[in-house]
Amino acid sequence: MDAMLLDRRDFVRQLLVDRGNLLVVPGLGSATYDVAAAGDHPLNFYLWGAMGGTAMIGLGLALARPDRRVAVITGDGDMLMGLGSLATIGVKQPKNLAIVVLDNARYGETGMQPSHTDNGIDLVAVALACRFKHARVVSRIDGAADVRALLHGGEGPLLVNARIKPEDPPRVLPLRDGHAIKQRFIEALGAV
Amino acid sequence: MHSPTNIETSWPDAIYAQFRRVGIRQVGYVPDAGHSRLIALVKDDPNIADVVLTSEQEGVGLVAGAALGGERAALLMQSSGVGNCVNMFSLLRNCGFPCVVLVTMRGEFGEFNPWQVPMGAITEDVLRLCGFLTYRIESAEAVDAIVGAGCDMAFAGNLQVAMLLSQRLIGPKVWTR
Repeated sequence: MDAMLLDRRDFVRQLLVDRGNLLVVPGLGSATYDVAAAGDHPLNFYLWGAMGGTAMIGLGLALARPDRRVAVITGDGDMLMGLGSLATIGVKQPKNLAIVVLDNARYGETGMQPSHTDNGIDLVAVALACRFKHARVVSRIDGAADVRALLHGGEGPLLVNARIKPEDPPRVLPLRDGHAIKQRFIEALGAV
Repeated sequence: MHSPTNIETSWPDAIYAQFRRVGIRQVGYVPDAGHSRLIALVKDDPNIADVVLTSEQEGVGLVAGAALGGERAALLMQSSGVGNCVNMFSLLRNCGFPCVVLVTMRGEFGEFNPWQVPMGAITEDVLRLCGFLTYRIESAEAVDAIVGAGCDMAFAGNLQVAMLLSQRLIGPKVWTR
Protein backbone atom coordinates (compact mmCIF):
# COMPACT_ATOMS: atom_id res chain seq x y z
CA MET A 1 0.00 0.00 0.00
CA ASP A 2 2.82 2.38 0.84
CA ALA A 3 4.00 2.18 -2.75
CA MET A 4 0.86 4.13 -3.65
CA LEU A 5 1.68 6.92 -1.23
CA LEU A 6 3.95 9.94 -1.64
CA ASP A 7 7.38 10.56 -0.21
CA ARG A 8 6.66 13.84 1.58
CA ARG A 9 10.07 15.40 1.04
CA ASP A 10 10.18 14.54 -2.64
CA PHE A 11 6.62 15.81 -3.15
CA VAL A 12 7.12 19.13 -1.38
CA ARG A 13 10.44 19.67 -3.17
CA GLN A 14 8.69 19.23 -6.52
CA LEU A 15 5.88 21.61 -5.51
CA LEU A 16 8.40 24.34 -4.71
CA VAL A 17 10.67 23.98 -7.74
CA ASP A 18 11.11 27.36 -9.46
CA ARG A 19 8.67 28.85 -6.98
CA GLY A 20 8.92 32.39 -8.32
CA ASN A 21 6.78 34.81 -6.32
CA LEU A 22 4.91 32.12 -4.36
CA LEU A 23 4.23 32.96 -0.70
CA VAL A 24 4.39 29.84 1.45
CA VAL A 25 2.88 29.28 4.90
CA PRO A 26 3.92 25.88 6.27
CA GLY A 27 2.11 24.48 9.29
CA LEU A 28 3.86 23.48 12.48
CA GLY A 29 5.83 20.27 12.73
CA SER A 30 6.75 18.15 9.76
CA ALA A 31 5.29 20.51 7.15
CA THR A 32 7.67 23.23 8.31
CA TYR A 33 10.58 20.76 8.14
CA ASP A 34 9.52 19.62 4.65
CA VAL A 35 9.35 23.18 3.32
CA ALA A 36 12.71 24.00 4.91
CA ALA A 37 14.20 20.85 3.37
CA ALA A 38 13.05 22.03 -0.06
CA GLY A 39 15.25 25.11 0.41
CA ASP A 40 15.11 27.98 2.87
CA HIS A 41 13.42 31.08 1.46
CA PRO A 42 12.52 34.45 3.00
CA LEU A 43 8.96 34.10 1.69
CA ASN A 44 8.38 31.05 3.90
CA PHE A 45 6.49 31.95 7.07
CA TYR A 46 7.51 28.93 9.14
CA LEU A 47 5.18 28.02 11.96
CA TRP A 48 6.38 26.28 15.11
CA GLY A 49 3.05 26.59 16.93
CA ALA A 50 -0.42 28.11 16.46
CA MET A 51 -1.82 24.69 15.59
CA GLY A 52 -5.08 25.02 13.70
CA GLY A 53 -4.27 28.53 12.48
CA THR A 54 -2.22 27.94 9.34
CA ALA A 55 -5.04 28.20 6.81
CA MET A 56 -6.27 31.44 8.37
CA ILE A 57 -2.81 33.01 8.17
CA GLY A 58 -2.96 32.05 4.50
CA LEU A 59 -6.35 33.76 4.15
CA GLY A 60 -5.20 37.02 5.77
CA LEU A 61 -2.16 37.05 3.52
CA ALA A 62 -4.14 36.19 0.39
CA LEU A 63 -6.62 39.00 1.09
CA ALA A 64 -3.80 41.47 1.73
CA ARG A 65 -1.91 40.53 -1.43
CA PRO A 66 -4.37 39.59 -4.18
CA ASP A 67 -1.54 40.14 -6.65
CA ARG A 68 0.41 37.18 -5.27
CA ARG A 69 -0.20 33.43 -4.95
CA VAL A 70 -0.35 31.98 -1.45
CA ALA A 71 0.30 28.30 -0.66
CA VAL A 72 -0.53 26.88 2.74
CA ILE A 73 1.32 23.60 3.19
CA THR A 74 0.34 21.79 6.34
CA GLY A 75 -0.46 18.48 7.99
CA ASP A 76 -3.76 16.70 8.51
CA GLY A 77 -3.69 17.33 12.26
CA ASP A 78 -3.36 21.09 11.82
CA MET A 79 -6.06 21.15 9.14
CA LEU A 80 -8.44 19.12 11.29
CA MET A 81 -7.94 21.51 14.21
CA GLY A 82 -8.80 24.42 11.90
CA LEU A 83 -11.66 22.76 10.03
CA GLY A 84 -13.92 25.78 10.57
CA SER A 85 -11.43 27.93 8.70
CA LEU A 86 -12.34 26.04 5.51
CA ALA A 87 -15.88 27.41 5.89
CA THR A 88 -14.50 30.89 6.53
CA ILE A 89 -12.30 30.66 3.43
CA GLY A 90 -15.25 29.36 1.44
CA VAL A 91 -17.20 32.49 2.31
CA LYS A 92 -14.39 34.83 1.16
CA GLN A 93 -13.48 32.84 -1.99
CA PRO A 94 -9.85 34.02 -2.32
CA LYS A 95 -8.81 33.19 -5.88
CA ASN A 96 -5.11 33.22 -4.96
CA LEU A 97 -5.15 30.76 -2.04
CA ALA A 98 -4.26 27.08 -2.23
CA ILE A 99 -3.99 24.61 0.64
CA VAL A 100 -1.91 21.45 0.41
CA VAL A 101 -2.58 18.99 3.21
CA LEU A 102 0.27 16.52 3.71
CA ASP A 103 -1.93 13.74 4.98
CA ASN A 104 -0.24 10.77 6.62
CA ALA A 105 -3.33 10.12 8.74
CA ARG A 106 -1.06 10.44 11.75
CA TYR A 107 0.01 12.90 14.42
CA GLY A 108 3.70 12.69 13.58
CA GLU A 109 5.02 15.03 16.26
CA THR A 110 3.49 13.12 19.12
CA GLY A 111 4.16 9.52 18.21
CA MET A 112 2.26 8.69 15.03
CA GLN A 113 -1.16 8.27 16.62
CA PRO A 114 -3.94 7.92 14.01
CA SER A 115 -5.79 11.10 13.03
CA HIS A 116 -9.41 11.47 11.93
CA THR A 117 -8.41 11.02 8.30
CA ASP A 118 -7.24 7.52 9.22
CA ASN A 119 -10.88 6.85 10.05
CA GLY A 120 -12.16 8.02 6.70
CA ILE A 121 -12.79 11.68 7.40
CA ASP A 122 -12.51 13.18 3.92
CA LEU A 123 -10.87 16.61 3.69
CA VAL A 124 -11.54 16.89 -0.04
CA ALA A 125 -15.25 16.41 0.57
CA VAL A 126 -15.14 18.96 3.38
CA ALA A 127 -13.40 21.51 1.15
CA LEU A 128 -15.92 21.01 -1.65
CA ALA A 129 -18.77 21.32 0.82
CA CYS A 130 -17.17 24.61 1.89
CA ARG A 131 -17.42 25.93 -1.68
CA PHE A 132 -13.77 25.49 -2.59
CA LYS A 133 -13.40 25.91 -6.34
CA HIS A 134 -11.40 22.72 -6.64
CA ALA A 135 -10.21 19.92 -4.37
CA ARG A 136 -8.46 16.69 -5.17
CA VAL A 137 -6.50 13.79 -3.77
CA VAL A 138 -3.00 13.11 -5.02
CA SER A 139 -1.12 9.96 -4.08
CA ARG A 140 1.34 9.47 -6.94
CA ILE A 141 4.44 11.52 -7.47
CA ASP A 142 3.68 11.97 -11.15
CA GLY A 143 0.81 14.17 -9.99
CA ALA A 144 3.16 16.67 -8.36
CA ALA A 145 3.65 18.78 -11.49
CA ASP A 146 -0.11 19.27 -11.81
CA VAL A 147 -0.36 20.31 -8.18
CA ARG A 148 2.52 22.74 -8.64
CA ALA A 149 0.66 24.25 -11.60
CA LEU A 150 -2.44 24.63 -9.42
CA LEU A 151 -0.43 26.50 -6.79
CA HIS A 152 0.77 28.97 -9.38
CA GLY A 153 -2.30 29.34 -11.55
CA GLY A 154 -5.36 27.43 -10.34
CA GLU A 155 -8.41 29.44 -9.37
CA GLY A 156 -8.81 29.29 -5.61
CA PRO A 157 -9.74 28.57 -3.07
CA LEU A 158 -8.40 25.11 -3.72
CA LEU A 159 -7.27 22.19 -1.59
CA VAL A 160 -5.04 19.25 -2.40
CA ASN A 161 -5.07 16.28 -0.07
CA ALA A 162 -1.66 14.71 -0.60
CA ARG A 163 -1.55 11.18 0.73
CA ILE A 164 1.95 10.68 2.08
CA LYS A 165 3.72 7.72 3.65
CA PRO A 166 3.54 7.62 7.46
CA GLU A 167 7.26 8.04 7.91
CA ASP A 168 9.35 10.43 9.96
CA PRO A 169 12.30 11.73 7.92
CA PRO A 170 15.21 13.52 9.66
CA ARG A 171 14.18 16.98 10.75
CA VAL A 172 15.40 20.01 8.85
CA LEU A 173 15.08 22.92 11.25
CA PRO A 174 14.67 26.44 9.86
CA LEU A 175 14.62 29.75 11.75
CA ARG A 176 12.72 29.49 15.02
CA ASP A 177 12.67 33.12 16.17
CA GLY A 178 9.17 34.34 15.33
CA HIS A 179 10.15 37.99 15.06
CA ALA A 180 12.97 37.12 12.68
CA ILE A 181 10.78 34.90 10.51
CA LYS A 182 8.13 37.62 10.30
CA GLN A 183 10.52 40.48 9.64
CA ARG A 184 12.42 38.59 6.97
CA PHE A 185 9.16 37.73 5.23
CA ILE A 186 7.78 41.28 5.31
CA GLU A 187 11.03 42.76 4.04
CA ALA A 188 11.29 40.23 1.21
CA LEU A 189 7.68 40.80 0.19
CA GLY A 190 8.15 44.54 0.22
CA ALA A 191 11.30 44.32 -1.84
CA VAL A 192 10.14 41.92 -4.54
CA MET B 1 -26.45 54.12 6.11
CA HIS B 2 -28.48 56.12 8.63
CA SER B 3 -26.16 57.75 11.16
CA PRO B 4 -27.56 58.12 14.64
CA THR B 5 -26.57 61.36 16.31
CA ASN B 6 -27.14 60.21 19.88
CA ILE B 7 -23.72 59.39 21.39
CA GLU B 8 -25.33 56.60 23.42
CA THR B 9 -26.02 54.74 20.20
CA SER B 10 -23.42 56.15 17.81
CA TRP B 11 -20.24 54.96 19.56
CA PRO B 12 -19.77 52.20 16.96
CA ASP B 13 -19.46 55.00 14.39
CA ALA B 14 -16.57 56.43 16.42
CA ILE B 15 -14.80 53.04 16.32
CA TYR B 16 -15.38 52.81 12.59
CA ALA B 17 -13.98 56.31 12.10
CA GLN B 18 -10.83 55.30 13.98
CA PHE B 19 -10.53 52.18 11.82
CA ARG B 20 -10.64 54.42 8.78
CA ARG B 21 -8.14 56.86 10.25
CA VAL B 22 -5.51 54.21 10.97
CA GLY B 23 -6.13 52.32 7.74
CA ILE B 24 -7.67 49.05 8.92
CA ARG B 25 -8.16 46.89 5.84
CA GLN B 26 -9.39 43.59 7.32
CA VAL B 27 -11.88 43.02 10.13
CA GLY B 28 -12.56 39.55 11.52
CA TYR B 29 -15.62 38.90 13.62
CA VAL B 30 -18.14 36.39 14.85
CA PRO B 31 -21.62 37.89 14.53
CA ASP B 32 -22.46 39.73 17.74
CA ALA B 33 -25.39 41.90 18.78
CA GLY B 34 -23.20 44.41 20.63
CA HIS B 35 -21.01 44.86 17.56
CA SER B 36 -23.87 44.70 15.05
CA ARG B 37 -23.74 48.35 13.98
CA LEU B 38 -19.95 48.35 13.63
CA ILE B 39 -20.12 45.12 11.62
CA ALA B 40 -22.69 46.68 9.31
CA LEU B 41 -20.47 49.75 8.79
CA VAL B 42 -17.48 47.53 8.00
CA LYS B 43 -19.45 45.37 5.58
CA ASP B 44 -20.60 48.49 3.73
CA ASP B 45 -17.02 49.71 3.26
CA PRO B 46 -15.44 48.47 0.02
CA ASN B 47 -11.99 49.30 1.39
CA ILE B 48 -12.33 46.86 4.29
CA ALA B 49 -12.49 43.09 3.88
CA ASP B 50 -15.01 41.79 6.39
CA VAL B 51 -14.25 38.22 7.37
CA VAL B 52 -16.96 36.35 9.23
CA LEU B 53 -15.37 33.62 11.36
CA THR B 54 -16.67 30.34 12.71
CA SER B 55 -14.59 30.82 15.86
CA GLU B 56 -12.71 33.80 17.22
CA GLN B 57 -9.37 31.97 17.18
CA GLU B 58 -9.48 32.03 13.39
CA GLY B 59 -9.22 35.79 13.62
CA VAL B 60 -5.82 35.60 15.27
CA GLY B 61 -4.40 33.85 12.24
CA LEU B 62 -6.15 36.34 9.98
CA VAL B 63 -4.48 39.27 11.74
CA ALA B 64 -1.07 37.63 11.41
CA GLY B 65 -1.55 36.91 7.72
CA ALA B 66 -2.76 40.44 7.06
CA ALA B 67 0.33 41.88 8.74
CA LEU B 68 2.61 39.61 6.70
CA GLY B 69 0.97 41.06 3.62
CA GLY B 70 1.34 44.64 4.82
CA GLU B 71 -2.26 45.27 5.89
CA ARG B 72 -3.71 46.32 9.22
CA ALA B 73 -6.49 44.26 10.75
CA ALA B 74 -8.79 44.33 13.75
CA LEU B 75 -10.91 41.74 15.53
CA LEU B 76 -14.36 42.10 17.05
CA MET B 77 -15.55 39.59 19.58
CA GLN B 78 -17.57 39.00 22.72
CA SER B 79 -15.85 38.30 26.00
CA SER B 80 -16.65 34.61 25.56
CA GLY B 81 -14.63 34.65 22.33
CA VAL B 82 -11.48 35.68 24.17
CA GLY B 83 -11.47 32.27 25.78
CA ASN B 84 -11.54 30.64 22.37
CA CYS B 85 -8.30 32.40 21.37
CA VAL B 86 -5.90 31.68 24.20
CA ASN B 87 -3.32 29.41 22.57
CA MET B 88 -3.57 31.16 19.22
CA PHE B 89 -2.70 34.48 20.89
CA SER B 90 0.82 33.11 21.36
CA LEU B 91 1.32 33.65 17.62
CA LEU B 92 0.99 37.41 18.18
CA ARG B 93 3.44 37.57 21.05
CA ASN B 94 5.90 35.21 19.50
CA CYS B 95 6.22 37.18 16.27
CA GLY B 96 5.32 40.70 17.37
CA PHE B 97 2.20 41.09 15.26
CA PRO B 98 0.15 44.20 16.01
CA CYS B 99 -3.38 43.34 17.05
CA VAL B 100 -6.42 45.43 17.92
CA VAL B 101 -9.30 43.60 19.58
CA LEU B 102 -12.61 45.18 20.53
CA VAL B 103 -14.42 43.08 23.09
CA THR B 104 -18.07 43.50 23.94
CA MET B 105 -18.41 42.41 27.53
CA ARG B 106 -20.94 39.91 28.74
CA GLY B 107 -21.31 38.43 32.16
CA GLU B 108 -21.00 41.65 34.09
CA PHE B 109 -23.30 44.63 34.71
CA GLY B 110 -26.90 43.41 34.68
CA GLU B 111 -26.17 40.12 32.89
CA PHE B 112 -29.30 37.97 32.77
CA ASN B 113 -27.52 34.78 31.70
CA PRO B 114 -25.33 33.23 34.39
CA TRP B 115 -23.60 31.07 31.79
CA GLN B 116 -21.83 34.21 30.54
CA VAL B 117 -20.45 35.11 33.96
CA PRO B 118 -17.47 32.74 34.40
CA MET B 119 -15.74 33.86 31.19
CA GLY B 120 -16.82 37.49 31.47
CA ALA B 121 -15.36 37.67 34.96
CA ILE B 122 -11.88 36.60 33.80
CA THR B 123 -11.75 38.13 30.30
CA GLU B 124 -9.50 41.07 31.14
CA ASP B 125 -7.15 38.93 33.24
CA VAL B 126 -6.91 36.35 30.44
CA LEU B 127 -6.04 39.04 27.91
CA ARG B 128 -3.32 40.41 30.18
CA LEU B 129 -1.87 36.95 30.77
CA CYS B 130 -1.76 36.54 26.99
CA GLY B 131 0.30 39.72 26.68
CA PHE B 132 -2.37 42.27 25.77
CA LEU B 133 -2.58 45.81 27.01
CA THR B 134 -6.17 46.22 28.11
CA TYR B 135 -8.34 49.31 28.33
CA ARG B 136 -11.86 49.31 29.67
CA ILE B 137 -14.38 51.66 28.14
CA GLU B 138 -17.23 52.53 30.45
CA SER B 139 -18.92 55.41 28.63
CA ALA B 140 -19.85 56.25 25.07
CA GLU B 141 -17.99 59.55 25.31
CA ALA B 142 -14.70 57.73 25.97
CA VAL B 143 -14.88 55.40 22.97
CA ASP B 144 -13.26 57.67 20.40
CA ALA B 145 -10.21 58.65 22.44
CA ILE B 146 -9.49 55.20 23.84
CA VAL B 147 -9.95 53.33 20.57
CA GLY B 148 -7.81 55.88 18.78
CA ALA B 149 -5.02 55.61 21.34
CA GLY B 150 -5.23 51.83 21.40
CA CYS B 151 -4.96 51.56 17.63
CA ASP B 152 -1.99 53.92 17.55
CA MET B 153 -0.15 51.95 20.23
CA ALA B 154 -0.80 48.63 18.53
CA PHE B 155 0.38 49.67 15.09
CA ALA B 156 3.21 51.95 16.17
CA GLY B 157 4.75 49.36 18.44
CA ASN B 158 3.65 45.96 17.15
CA LEU B 159 1.69 45.54 20.36
CA GLN B 160 -1.44 43.62 21.21
CA VAL B 161 -4.15 45.93 22.50
CA ALA B 162 -7.63 44.95 23.67
CA MET B 163 -10.38 47.42 24.40
CA LEU B 164 -13.22 46.13 26.54
CA LEU B 165 -16.59 47.74 25.92
CA SER B 166 -18.43 47.39 29.20
CA GLN B 167 -21.84 45.83 29.34
CA ARG B 168 -23.11 49.02 30.93
CA LEU B 169 -22.00 50.94 27.82
CA ILE B 170 -23.44 48.46 25.36
CA GLY B 171 -26.73 48.47 27.21
CA PRO B 172 -29.51 45.92 27.14
CA LYS B 173 -31.44 47.64 24.36
CA VAL B 174 -28.73 46.87 21.78
CA TRP B 175 -28.72 43.16 22.35
CA THR B 176 -32.40 42.47 22.82
CA ARG B 177 -35.12 42.92 20.28
